[in-house]
Amino acid sequence: MSATANKSSKLGTTSPPLSGERLVELYRTMVLSRYLDERVWLLNRQGKAAIAASAQGHEAAQVACIEATDPSKDHYLTYYRQFTAMMALGTEPEEMLRGFLAKDGDPMSAARQFPLHGAHPRVDLFNFSNVIATQLPQAAGVALADKLRGDDAVTIVFFGDGAASQGDTHEAMNFAGIRKLPIVFFCENNRYAISVPLNKQMAVDTVASRAAGYGFPGVQVDGTDVVAVYEATQAAVNRARAGDGPTLIEVSVERLQPHTTDDDHTRYRSPEDIAQMANKDPVKITSETLRRRDLLTEAEDEAIHAEAKRRVNVATDTVDAEPYPDTETMFDHVTSNRDEGGS
Amino acid sequence: MPEQTVIEAVRDTMRAEMRRDESVILLGEDVGLRGGVFLATDGFIEEFGEDRVIDTPLAESLICGLALGAAVNGMRPLAEIQFADFVWPAINQLVGEAARVRYGTNGVKTAPMTIRVPYGGGVRGGLYHSQSIEVLFAHTPGLTVVAPATPYDAKGLLASAIRSDDPVIVLEHKRTYRLVKGEVPIEDYTIPIGRAEIKRPGSEMTIVTYGLMLHYALQAAETVSEQGLDVEVLDLRTLRPLDADAIAESVSRTGKVLIVQEDTPAVSISSEVAAIVGERCFFDLDGPITRLTAPELPPMPFSPLQEAAFMPSPEKIVAAIAKLAEL
Amino acid sequence: MVAFKIELPHVGESVTEAIIGKWLKSPGEHIEKYDPLVEVITDKVNMDVPAPASGTLTKLLAAEGDTVPMGSVIAEMETDEANVRGDSESSPTPAGAKSPGSPLAGRIGTLVQGANVGPTGGEFLDTSLSSPEPGTRPATAASSGPDNGKQHFSPVVTRLAAQHGVDLGTLVGTGLGGRVTKKDVLAAAASAPPSTALADSISAEDQVIEPTPIRRMIAAHMVRSTSEIPHAWSAVEVDVTGMVAWRAANRQRFQQTHDVRLTYLPFTLLCVAAALKVSPRINSSWLDGKVVLKGAINVGVAVAAPEGLVVPVVQSAAGSTLLELAQQLDGVVKRARSGTMTLNDVHGGTFTLNNTGALGSVWGGAIINHPQAAILTTEAIVKRPVVITENDSDSVVVRSMMNICLSFDHRIIDGAEASIFLQAVRTGLEAIVVDTEF
Repeated sequence: MSATANKSSKLGTTSPPLSGERLVELYRTMVLSRYLDERVWLLNRQGKAAIAASAQGHEAAQVACIEATDPSKDHYLTYYRQFTAMMALGTEPEEMLRGFLAKDGDPMSAARQFPLHGAHPRVDLFNFSNVIATQLPQAAGVALADKLRGDDAVTIVFFGDGAASQGDTHEAMNFAGIRKLPIVFFCENNRYAISVPLNKQMAVDTVASRAAGYGFPGVQVDGTDVVAVYEATQAAVNRARAGDGPTLIEVSVERLQPHTTDDDHTRYRSPEDIAQMANKDPVKITSETLRRRDLLTEAEDEAIHAEAKRRVNVATDTVDAEPYPDTETMFDHVTSNRDEGGS
Repeated sequence: MPEQTVIEAVRDTMRAEMRRDESVILLGEDVGLRGGVFLATDGFIEEFGEDRVIDTPLAESLICGLALGAAVNGMRPLAEIQFADFVWPAINQLVGEAARVRYGTNGVKTAPMTIRVPYGGGVRGGLYHSQSIEVLFAHTPGLTVVAPATPYDAKGLLASAIRSDDPVIVLEHKRTYRLVKGEVPIEDYTIPIGRAEIKRPGSEMTIVTYGLMLHYALQAAETVSEQGLDVEVLDLRTLRPLDADAIAESVSRTGKVLIVQEDTPAVSISSEVAAIVGERCFFDLDGPITRLTAPELPPMPFSPLQEAAFMPSPEKIVAAIAKLAEL
Repeated sequence: MVAFKIELPHVGESVTEAIIGKWLKSPGEHIEKYDPLVEVITDKVNMDVPAPASGTLTKLLAAEGDTVPMGSVIAEMETDEANVRGDSESSPTPAGAKSPGSPLAGRIGTLVQGANVGPTGGEFLDTSLSSPEPGTRPATAASSGPDNGKQHFSPVVTRLAAQHGVDLGTLVGTGLGGRVTKKDVLAAAASAPPSTALADSISAEDQVIEPTPIRRMIAAHMVRSTSEIPHAWSAVEVDVTGMVAWRAANRQRFQQTHDVRLTYLPFTLLCVAAALKVSPRINSSWLDGKVVLKGAINVGVAVAAPEGLVVPVVQSAAGSTLLELAQQLDGVVKRARSGTMTLNDVHGGTFTLNNTGALGSVWGGAIINHPQAAILTTEAIVKRPVVITENDSDSVVVRSMMNICLSFDHRIIDGAEASIFLQAVRTGLEAIVVDTEF
């Protein structure tokens, strides 16, 4: 972990480190996420999933971030790539697939919205739109409400390097700094805004360095390192809970797949760039780390993979056979006045 | 019954709602010590403190994004956009986000937020302090848009807006703030959203209007009544959802309609009212659906004679009534 | 030097009034135009009001701390120059939006003269309400009126004209270019039949009665029948002595056994139905240039009801017995007189029988019930001396005689056919004797 704008003594957290047991659990979630993610990609190629944005390459960062938070009270404002974060928060593969296949019972938006958009039925995770960076001012508002009430909750807002260019990002960070809001700005920097590389998005080297302009710390972390991301997030969450204000965490990750199922990254990434990503696959890296630390045997690893594959197969068969929502339900929940929706 | 101006009614209503409900918080530019540029929040920071009266940085998208975030987290934010002309940076947070929160989450999240937007011209505001911006909001499913024109309606509709579980845009015509004075009961009351009101009954023609134009229309109706013309004036009050029943009832009864708006005509509130009349009153019409609006120009020239030429006026309304009446 | 009244200017704000702060000049002091003259406090701003002209301040009319309405005179001065105009010379008060008597009046509000906010929220001296309207192109988007010379009817005019049976071609419109308006149609509908003919033909001692809707309908029906159907007439005398005897012998029995009042009408009906069977053209209609021989024989019976003439129908009269006909007639007549007829009671008539004899008439030329082909009246039964020829020997006897008169549509029926029908009815009626079994 390298702190580029580390002004807070609290970043050197004293909270307990991740146990070996929890590390294996996080790995289990990463593997399940990877299999399901790959399955969704295939379902797209079968014409069953209209669109998908993959989290492949982001899995370690997302499970580690969620692990450092408290789902019973914290808020999560996501965008379209928090596939693994949603699974880390207990979303079942069937629930995920109902979103991707737009089936009845999609828990996030009743299949009105793109996959992973809407509001989670059990934890306070939501993602209102496809528009980049709108969630950041909203997250500041969520955190503001907690702060005014004196609630002991932290708001985690996810965004990518692309969103860092939006005015909303600046407006939100500026205000969060002014009001010392209990918020963690969690930037998953995969170096591409669809096709536009980082050097065409910003003149500085890191997103984290911008935190200095808002009066709070910014840290850059290796997004394939579960422990490093966990510790950075834990420090930021502790700081927020203590009333000391926001933190900007920038995790460096690779986007192993194109932007979405509609994209082809060979048009804008060099073969060398694509090839080097194999060394930054967080599932592989985490597996190796666990094996090296004797937290996982080869047989156990194989079992985890086999179980994930089985689980994904069951979920696919189940949801594939399910119906689409009734057309009539499209008139529900436009406003509190039911008359406004229908005609 | 005590008399108040529109701005006094707005101020008292916000104060009463903030006293009534702790989750109502105020957000906006200069709403604190300055008390708002129109003094709508004069004295609020002293009474409610900096936690509930929040001077934001100069960032409209932030204001509305904050309001939305706080709204989905248990608050009832009441935000002020200083001038309607400055609302465009916030359009994404309002039209793109807040309007669809309920729908896009299948009712799991709601956004009980109110955005007050002083709008309208006739104040020598030129191109960027005069605009009528209602159409974009009124076009948006999921939003509610009210445009009270009297102190009485300002209180009742603002209270309804703040207590609504939906995002509500409250359009307050700047010129009515201190121009219009009327009776406002001291006691608490609300006016249902979505209900137009016949402000003056008549039998020979219906004027459908809202905002400042209501008062000009009433003046014009009074003038022509001296010539024996009996004109009804229907105040829309809510622009989304439009009270189509009230429009159809009135126009079917009188047989003629003149729609008066300060906004430019293309794809506007008057277009929608005309469509409603066409759809629902065809066999009761005794004249063409007629509109009196601003000309199709960027609103609106700063120079006084040009501004006056741009704005509909009581005299222009009288002329339009006469033309339609003699048909 | 000109004496000049200094008014508290409209500072635009909320305000209809302000508090006088500190006077910055004293009476007798020379003041230059735009010099700060007096501090004024409103609910929004504290401001210095500048001197409106150069000259000498002569008198203060408002004391510090006074609350003063905008536009009122707060001081007097003598100006250095002639023809100074104050900023706030009285301007006409605009017509208030208040509609007297309306319960809404109070809360619709009134317009505060001169008050306004400026472009960025501050005060602004607003003069637009009293400014003359600049000569500009109208901004109205009103569509143009009707084409020259060509008459267009608005949707409501077309609908109301059809509803009230108003012929739009006969109306003179009061709208632009003579356009027929909604008002014109409603006026025409309210004054039908046209009032012009009436006005010319009534005198002071005449009484004008507004016909009831039923009277109007009857009138329209009669006009239609006489204007469409070329009527022709034929009549015969019938010796009904036997029928009178039969009725006298059985009247009480009918009343007691069947609770039916036996009139002469069922006898006629019986014979008419039988005669119609053999003269189908009498039981027909002229429709669209064709003769339609009706399959059913449904005989309408004209009845004088309180509201006017009604014609209940005895359905399927042919083949019914005298008793059945008497019962049917009794029922429909009762319903007609009590105004409780059903649709079936007036529906489907193919021929009409009109018992004008009940009123004492001995001869009549009835108007055919359009679109039927004929109508028969039965006239009063009168005892008359009648010459009877038996065995080449004439004798005069007293018999009960009744005229029956047929009006028929000459498009369908000629005199010979009418006579055959009348003869058949007469033969039937005259065959009745006191011991006939029905």
